[in-house]
Amino acid sequence: MSILIDKNTRVLVQGITGSQGTFHTGRMLATGTNIVAGAVPGKGGQAVHDVPVFNSAQEAVNETGANCSVIFVPARFAPDAIFEAADAGIPLVVCLTEHIPVLDMIKVRNYLDKTDTRLVGPNCPGLVTPGECNVGIISGDIVKPGPIGVVSRSGTLTYEVVYALTYRDMGQSTCVGIGGDPINGTNFIDVLELFEKDDQTERIILMGEIGGNDEEKAAEYIKNHVSKPVTAFIAGQTAPPGRRMGHAGAIVEGGAGTAEGKKLALEAAGVRVAQHPEQIVDLILA
Amino acid sequence: MNLYEYQAKRLFAEYGIPIPNGDVARTPEEAHAVAEQLGGRVVVKSQVHTGGRGKAGGVKLADDPADAQAKAKDILGLDIKGHITRIVLIDEIAPGGIEQEIYLAILIDRAAKKPMIMASYEGGMDIEEVAATQPDKIFRVWIDPSLGLRGYHATYIASGMGLPKNLWKEFNSLLKNLYTCFIGSDASLCEINPLVITGEGHLMALDGKVSIDDSALSRQPKLAEMEDKSIIPPSELKAAEAGVSFIKLDGNIGCMVNGAGLAMTTMDIIKLFGGEPANFLDIGGGASAEKVTAALEIILSDPNVEAVLINIFGGITRGDDVARGIVAALDKIDTDVPIILRLAGTNYQEGLAILSKANLPTAETLSEAAKKAIEAAKNN
Repeated sequence: MSILIDKNTRVLVQGITGSQGTFHTGRMLATGTNIVAGAVPGKGGQAVHDVPVFNSAQEAVNETGANCSVIFVPARFAPDAIFEAADAGIPLVVCLTEHIPVLDMIKVRNYLDKTDTRLVGPNCPGLVTPGECNVGIISGDIVKPGPIGVVSRSGTLTYEVVYALTYRDMGQSTCVGIGGDPINGTNFIDVLELFEKDDQTERIILMGEIGGNDEEKAAEYIKNHVSKPVTAFIAGQTAPPGRRMGHAGAIVEGGAGTAEGKKLALEAAGVRVAQHPEQIVDLILA
Repeated sequence: MNLYEYQAKRLFAEYGIPIPNGDVARTPEEAHAVAEQLGGRVVVKSQVHTGGRGKAGGVKLADDPADAQAKAKDILGLDIKGHITRIVLIDEIAPGGIEQEIYLAILIDRAAKKPMIMASYEGGMDIEEVAATQPDKIFRVWIDPSLGLRGYHATYIASGMGLPKNLWKEFNSLLKNLYTCFIGSDASLCEINPLVITGEGHLMALDGKVSIDDSALSRQPKLAEMEDKSIIPPSELKAAEAGVSFIKLDGNIGCMVNGAGLAMTTMDIIKLFGGEPANFLDIGGGASAEKVTAALEIILSDPNVEAVLINIFGGITRGDDVARGIVAALDKIDTDVPIILRLAGTNYQEGLAILSKANLPTAETLSEAAKKAIEAAKNN
């Protein structure tokens, strides 16, 4: 078992004919991902790495039964691509695009909440179930199958911890990059819930960073609902305090958001917090 | 991106929100001229991107143009939490004085994933104190983006906070205008504190804070132009032009990393092993030779830098692209500063092959790279 994606996942690539789309489609295929279609307006009938391209997500779903979409589309067009995938009834949409305006994401998220579509991202590296399915840009070379579930807010930091695990011969059930944008589709709690239910996952690694209060909320959730051991890391312990403007942030967050605050919240929930990513492995082995 | 108060209020005025007459000055003489034109008593206000101006002596009343000139002289150059005052705003005082200070803001509520309106009849300088000690005095309404702001939202807030009934209609239209401004400007915050009831019995925005979503600046060219580039350090300006995020710090180990989370982690680990990072630098996704060259130039322009740690974990960024960038950069830049390189992820082997010519010390893991960089800085 694994979460969200496995060898039966049928992947559609939106934006497959762009340079990133083409390059990473090749890499996803090379790690055994079952990519069944691409979708790019006006490019229907073409093929990329022998994958058929359709003009729309709906046509791709009708013709191939795609049940997961990964979006390699610039920020100006990405919200439309997400809406299109959701309207085509695709249950899992993974958006890698960075710099989507927040107000656009608010519309996307509020719309998706009324559908059965789950979004992962945006501004994320995607997710991988090692040996079965790789949706996004996490390098297939650094993962290996195993019992550890990884969830992370930061893209390259996800690679760092996955690499450290694999380097020490500790495999992963599924690695999920949820992205660091203020408004995203899937949060820590969603993924923790899935890992808790997943038979293959024996322990969980949570990679957070400063800002917002998602880690604090995850800590609260872990305390009450997660029985599997959780190890964490929070990036930004040495970051200089950001320039804060107005009173609104302080009223809303009330002092949450620092690395220290997140660390304390997680430790209070029984989570072991590492000082650096490679130390996570030491904490697990200890 | 943050606007100055005067920019925020001018933006509000474009959306039909009443603001006091006023203008900015960069010298005491200009302040005199503005005050003369306004006539009567004025308030001279420091324009800096930080709060607590009043308590720091950055806001002063003046009786006449000569007084305004003197007060401007005091305030220009004033350091408020590290922000030097270069501009003052001279505003007429609220017509008929101030009857009541109200707090009003629209912002993005990350948790609810909706715009949220916050309002309180206890506005003014101590609003954070009110929020902490009397949270029931702050009214909040969340707006469904597909519905937009409706009249009943405004009525709920006006009634809830006890605004006199004769001002409800005025408040309703002001709030609608502020919401239109918020959406139309791609703002992440529009705050009026205080929104006052003037002695003449009308609402007026005496202060304004606006933050614009950086990801939306490309479709907000008018607002993007308002950024005061003169207060940005030249290195950060150069970084912005090259499309990399850079923040200068006080240490001696320069860092070039892809991804903000990993960049922060690289800084954390340098510090953990006893070093001091000289900067935060995220080259972002994808790394052209131009970008890498610019990033390296920016790092090396800091005379405190005694070693550079380049940590690239390829995903969408490809190791071979970065390697070509580093080789091209080193062709152009003549430096004795040791550079330690850690390359992993997408196409890292191709990258390392390209770099073998450049003969740079490499490291396999992040902690090894950090230790090598700290060692190199000590020996340099």
